[in-house]
Amino acid sequence: MSRTSRRKLLSALFVGFCGLSVTLALAPLALILFYVISQGVRSLNLAFFTHMPAPVGETGGGMYNAIVGTLILTGLGSAFAVPIGIMSGVYMSEFAGSRMAAAIRFAADTLNGVPSIVIGVFVYGVAVLPFKQFSAFAGGLALGIMMIPIIARTTEELLLLVPGTMREGALALGATRSKAVFGVVLPAALPGIITGVVLALARIAGETAPLLFTAFNNAFFTTKLNQPIASLTVQIYAYANSAYDDWHRQAWAGALVLVSIVFMCSVFARIATRRLEAMRG
Amino acid sequence: MKRSSDLTFRLGTGLFGLVLIFIVAAICFELTRQSMLSIHKFGFNFWRSQTWDPVSGEFGALPFIWGTLYSSILALVIAAPISLGIAVFISELSPAMLKQPLVFLTELLAAIPSIVYGLWGIFVLVPVVRSFEASAPAALRALPIFSGPPFGVGMLSAGLILAIMVTPFISSVAREVLKSVPLTQREGAYALGATRFEAIRAAILYARTGIIGAVMLGFGRALGETMAVTMVIGNNPRISTSLFAPQHTMSAVIANEFTEAADPLYLAALFEIGLVLFVITLAINGCSRLLIWSMARSASGSRAAATATPAEVAA
Repeated sequence: MSRTSRRKLLSALFVGFCGLSVTLALAPLALILFYVISQGVRSLNLAFFTHMPAPVGETGGGMYNAIVGTLILTGLGSAFAVPIGIMSGVYMSEFAGSRMAAAIRFAADTLNGVPSIVIGVFVYGVAVLPFKQFSAFAGGLALGIMMIPIIARTTEELLLLVPGTMREGALALGATRSKAVFGVVLPAALPGIITGVVLALARIAGETAPLLFTAFNNAFFTTKLNQPIASLTVQIYAYANSAYDDWHRQAWAGALVLVSIVFMCSVFARIATRRLEAMRG
Repeated sequence: MKRSSDLTFRLGTGLFGLVLIFIVAAICFELTRQSMLSIHKFGFNFWRSQTWDPVSGEFGALPFIWGTLYSSILALVIAAPISLGIAVFISELSPAMLKQPLVFLTELLAAIPSIVYGLWGIFVLVPVVRSFEASAPAALRALPIFSGPPFGVGMLSAGLILAIMVTPFISSVAREVLKSVPLTQREGAYALGATRFEAIRAAILYARTGIIGAVMLGFGRALGETMAVTMVIGNNPRISTSLFAPQHTMSAVIANEFTEAADPLYLAALFEIGLVLFVITLAINGCSRLLIWSMARSASGSRAAATATPAEVAA
């Protein structure tokens, strides 16, 4: 074989390998979605959303308590994370050059990389051990800690995208810096910031590890924040590890609900970002 | 008056930022404080001993370190070439109309919750792996890395599922890094008569720092991944070189045993594992960010690649 044809062959092989890689990555995606949808649809019904879990041996039942639990936990997490995230994002973009901004940025990136199980261990130490009580509050705290860096970084990036002329216009009209930011710059970036919050929600709604020993689990319905509370993810984990077919079916149904929520949030965020980009040109 | 309002603004927003810094510091402090009992009792032996016996109060973390490193490295061996292939395909080879859909689909992989991977792992992947293990020829089974009975749950399943999970992270950062390579690099190569492979190889070599950073980022993800691994690795604290053997990881032992740890020393030992996991991921993520930064700086002065997570890239 001549040198040229050998080089061409190598090149073709390489292109083939790259194409194969894409297939190899998309095959598991297709398989996972196929199983989650096909197994999930078979087990999903109205009772899943409105009924409490059935005891072992009885078929049927649902995850009403776990669904409400997940809503409460993500709500608590957001209540804690949204103000902190947005405000620190504002600081990082407004005082971008300062040493403090660099420190906050570093802390946000560090926190973003901390394994979720470690967040759970930390919250167990500060919010479970002292009260000797698993609680919805502790679970919400763990989820909130995971949301903060995502919201902070998105807010920072989006505020920097707002044209400087808008801020300058406000300042030229005599606005104080806070008026300019909260009255002009932040509203301009608001759709983007909401997108960031939705993305953060999509990520934490599917978290299990930080809830295992903070919110724990609860077989009953509760809305008390100082009590252990069920969540979709922990309930799926418990059911998946059980030995009962009916519970396995419930786990698949739960997975379908979870994946639907997460995907809807991602798609919403994607469309919103596209629109923003189109508006800015 | 305006001055003082500006100061209030700065202090007010800065205070929220301070909370972020405080949380990171508090994690360091709290994990260390809670591990003290175990650190004092076992010292460095904690990381050399293989005995994990809560009943007799003997705690050695070597099997978990071994399992975490083994599974993460196995995942990278599988995922790194594939992720690079995807990154090259999307940024260099694919037709323009396929690009966005492909990016979206690979990012969907990153959006699937860990628990769903675990569920799929238990009921779909593990049986497949088990039948593969059972049908492996005897000559292969004689090798130490393929020895042992076919359980299905074990290192191989864990490595595979981790590989699927980290692929979108590595490929999205690698794609951003490749994007920051100046076009003139490739044009120059083509002008000299290079084949497609040779031109892309030039771009990859140019971007090697950033690509190593991308792989390290995937490593950081794999080290800390908990639920999916816990569900398929078999949770057996025994060191083995075999891919077929059920083993354990640092994050899995925390997830499994934390709520059972009634004894203070037991709890402290688990806290210490958490502390080390925290420190290791911190170091790995720091290194990877540094590599990606230095690459992006030298290429275009942009830091976008270093900070974008797959979710953000998808959006």
